[in-house]
Amino acid sequence: MFQTLSIQTAFAAWLDTAKFDIERCFIRENRYQLLLDGIGITIKVSIVAALLGLVIGFIIALCNLSKNKVLNGIGKVYTDVIRGTPSVTQLMIIYFVIFATVDIDKWLIASFAFAINSGAYVSEIIRAGILSIDKGQTEAGRSLGLKGWQTMFYIVVPQAVKNIFPALCNEFITLIKETAIVGYVGLMDIQKAGDFIKSATYEAFVPLIATAIIYFVIIKILTLSLGAIEKKLRKADNR
Amino acid sequence: MIKVHNLHKSFADNHVLCGIDEHITKGEVVVVIGPSGSGKSTFLRCLNLLEIPTEGEILVDDVKINDPKTDINEIRQKMGMVFQHFNLFPHLTVKENITLAPVKLKKMTKEQADQKALELLKIVGLEEKADSYPAQLSGGQKQRIAIARSLAMEPEIMLFDEPTSALDPEMVGEVLDVMKNLAKSGMTMVVVTHEMGFAREVGTRLIFMDEGKVIECGDPKEVLSNPQNDRTKLFLSKVL
Repeated sequence: MFQTLSIQTAFAAWLDTAKFDIERCFIRENRYQLLLDGIGITIKVSIVAALLGLVIGFIIALCNLSKNKVLNGIGKVYTDVIRGTPSVTQLMIIYFVIFATVDIDKWLIASFAFAINSGAYVSEIIRAGILSIDKGQTEAGRSLGLKGWQTMFYIVVPQAVKNIFPALCNEFITLIKETAIVGYVGLMDIQKAGDFIKSATYEAFVPLIATAIIYFVIIKILTLSLGAIEKKLRKADNR
Repeated sequence: MIKVHNLHKSFADNHVLCGIDEHITKGEVVVVIGPSGSGKSTFLRCLNLLEIPTEGEILVDDVKINDPKTDINEIRQKMGMVFQHFNLFPHLTVKENITLAPVKLKKMTKEQADQKALELLKIVGLEEKADSYPAQLSGGQKQRIAIARSLAMEPEIMLFDEPTSALDPEMVGEVLDVMKNLAKSGMTMVVVTHEMGFAREVGTRLIFMDEGKVIECGDPKEVLSNPQNDRTKLFLSKVL
């Protein structure tokens, strides 16, 4: 009897502290707004970087696959440099050196930096995907009179996309988490917002766990929708 | 229709074709036989430039096709090709496989191509498969679709690269029947095959190749029953 009562009291006390912490971290001074804005920044940067990264990756993959030695060299150096340096360093170089005097929205510059980074990884995924398609497919396309680029776009790429889709999703998820470093160039994304609340309230647990949960939920939603798309792509495999 | 002069092809140090001279006229059904490694597939693949000859020239309707100035894509539209492993496009339905090239190359509108696809499917006896995917078909059905796909471009010449070699024995017949009908309709055909029955029945000329050269050439019935060259005799004694 006495024991249950003490647990109840302890629980009530804990609940009170939790309520207080949550109120202090999210409600007071409208701090939840920081996180909401952060979600906006993270999503904006990720989507633009992913799309641009896909385009860059495709171009670099074609360079790497081409028989032209100059294009080949460009592709190789690009992947080498990007994969050989940390993304934080790349982000800071692009932000503080290359775009130092250019007047563009901060988040666009960050997207651009992440696109350049992601492009190197995406290019390797795409290259592997294109190489995975049997040579007979290209020969069949060319033998019908289709030009090289037509064969690539109508026959090879659609099949490659299906094969590399899971790897591309993986890269996109990595990219979203990678954007957590945009705080380095002064952007207030989810991570930075959580960090800011931590500093303002001297409370680490609640804002950091909240940050983790927000990332997790975003990525979970993404994984589920990408899984649905993949199912559609596999339609032609059904017997 | 196709003239081949002094055709050579090497892969690195490997000399696959060593000087081939051939003249294929309209309406001929030329059957190419020979042991594996004799260069017969390479010869066929040179005819539509899937392999680029190292030396010599190939003329299709008096246009030199292995000339960088020739638009090979245009020539290929006149030359259908059927592969050993079918090479159907697995991400497209049967009908889309057939209509892709004619539509993208602006030879037909979408409606015309659909119409044409249904006609061709009727010819190869697979109308009911128009909306299936290649993965849902048997080998024989795939090859018949592959033939229909080539025919959709309304080619003047059809090249067959061992079209029945990857098939179960019981499916060989259905593919050969389609090819026989095609030959009867007057199509110019070059067929690399091991089907001696087909050569005898519909071939107008038989070419026996070995070590990159044409060893013997003539009327199929004549060559098959009464080969002149020793190597031809040896080969035929093994396969017949």
